[in-house]
Amino acid sequence: MQNDKLNWNFTVQIMGAKYRLPMICNREGNNMKQDTWTLHKKSHRNQMSRIKRKEMMWFYLLILPWIIGFLIFTLIPMITSGILSFMDWDYISSAKFLGLKNYTNLFHDKLFYQSLKVTTIYSIISVPLSLIISFIFALLLNSNIRGLSVFRTLFYMPSLVSGAAASILWMWMFNPEFGVINTILGYFGIEGPGWIFDKNWALPALIIMSLWSVGSSMLVYLSGLQGIPTELYEAARIDGAGKWVTLFRITLPMMTPIIFYNLVIGIIGSFQTFTQAYVMTNGGPSYSTYFYVLYLYNNAFQNFKIGYASAQAWILFFIIMILTAFVFKSSAAWVYYENETKERN
Amino acid sequence: MTGKKDTQNIQRFGSMKTADKASRLFTYLLLIALSIVYMIPFVWLLSSSLKTDADIFAMPPKWIPKPVHWENYKEVFLQVPFLRFLGNTAIITVLVMIANVLVSGMVGYAFSRLRAPGKNILFLLLLSTMMLPSQVTMIPLFIMFKNIGWVDTLLPLIVPSFFGGSALYVFLFRQFFSTIPISLDEAAKIDGSGYFGTFVRILLPISKPIMITVAIFSFMGSWNDFMGPLIYLNDMNHFTLAIGLNLFKTQYVQNWNYTMAYNVMMILPVLILFFMAQKSFIQGIVITGNK
Repeated sequence: MQNDKLNWNFTVQIMGAKYRLPMICNREGNNMKQDTWTLHKKSHRNQMSRIKRKEMMWFYLLILPWIIGFLIFTLIPMITSGILSFMDWDYISSAKFLGLKNYTNLFHDKLFYQSLKVTTIYSIISVPLSLIISFIFALLLNSNIRGLSVFRTLFYMPSLVSGAAASILWMWMFNPEFGVINTILGYFGIEGPGWIFDKNWALPALIIMSLWSVGSSMLVYLSGLQGIPTELYEAARIDGAGKWVTLFRITLPMMTPIIFYNLVIGIIGSFQTFTQAYVMTNGGPSYSTYFYVLYLYNNAFQNFKIGYASAQAWILFFIIMILTAFVFKSSAAWVYYENETKERN
Repeated sequence: MTGKKDTQNIQRFGSMKTADKASRLFTYLLLIALSIVYMIPFVWLLSSSLKTDADIFAMPPKWIPKPVHWENYKEVFLQVPFLRFLGNTAIITVLVMIANVLVSGMVGYAFSRLRAPGKNILFLLLLSTMMLPSQVTMIPLFIMFKNIGWVDTLLPLIVPSFFGGSALYVFLFRQFFSTIPISLDEAAKIDGSGYFGTFVRILLPISKPIMITVAIFSFMGSWNDFMGPLIYLNDMNHFTLAIGLNLFKTQYVQNWNYTMAYNVMMILPVLILFFMAQKSFIQGIVITGNK
């Protein structure tokens, strides 16, 4: 079996067995790579420590930019941000130590809960819907049809338009009177809502907009689908399995690692939603699209509540960590890795 | 279906049954319908950008602009320093792209090829930075750049990428180099090439696919970045296309035709790049998605 064809569980592998990183680039070269590595190790053992020292020196020299960057642009700001989250500061006057007050205040802040609620609802609906839609697209494209590359291009193109450009375009499309969406709804005799101007429809509008850019995950699914060994389908056919059985017993289980990956990325991304809310609605109407990061941004750069915003940033970090850890934990129950069977056999 | 399964096994790709034909037709129709839905925003964008002031608010809305009003595009240049925005965006995008390809490539090479104590811990550290939301470091970085007088310059948006840039790109380079047989390096070493020389002369030339992938992702990231420019740039002369667009929208609320013309000009370079390098693009997304 070509079990080394695709391997999605990179982090697990990195943490577990070092240097056993059969990645997608080396679909065939997996074993070969490991051999060369051990060879390299052996030949190296015989070399003099002088060369070892030279190699070490070069290693640190080459990664020096990253080390400097990590210290200056990640570690020191992280520590500073942690300290700031215990302070009261507005960029100008001298900072005051508050202890945990920023955090306790946040837990009594209605807007904080509102922003958390908006972001959570958006995530819960938009992430799974995007996953399902992109999966369906990939399935449709994987059915051995002609003109695949044309459809693939068409479905991917929206993903090229992101951030401000997409937000402005959709803002105009959602225009209740002159926008294209209500125009089309009108063809079917439906009177469209006020979308981003209506507090009940603003968040659904942003969710609909997010479904436009499913192209990237579609491409990832598609490549995954094409990597499923055809023997599996042939075996299923011999056993007389129908289309739906094949889908649920073979395709879906084989795809769980990619679904898992897209889920993690989707959750992390959706919790950091900012541009759409800032450009299209500025959080309104009546805070119905007041996303977490928008509130954070306003506190940091509009209200100059530096400490408060820093505390928000850390809470966001914890939320993302907990969610990711949860998905990773749960993955044992539903994500299927080919290696598992390989080892069991 | 089950009755015919034996003959089917023998000539699997032979004649197609009517049921298959019907399902294929259905797939096509579905795909075409979905493509139309997904293309509507583009059509609307282009059509709106060519409408006259009167047509943009016509009732019922028109699909095809009549007359075609190219003047909207000229108007954009008259209303805002569009070329300035474009220039600023290009400077950031190109420099960050160069930095990401070269520096991430170099760091990725070190992590994949050289051995040194502490390497694994450092690599885990690098990977873990991918999880960190940028909002955590955003405020201290702003304070730092403010203190050294870099706020309202393009520097905060460019310089960090020269210091290791993004962990994702380093990771991608490392993965790519790990697939290249190490015997290649050893051959170079026998020929008297040093570590850096091996990287520049042996590995980089055969790393085109990953270099293009990283370059494209870097391009997209800088071109569409909104929060960074929003935080660091105040003077309109330093604006990028993205925040310029937002400014344009707030100043010309009623002129959706101008705004859409601006939007077309902002999206066009990305689309051109995509069609020029479509294959690498798709490959790149698959690589990053499959990490």
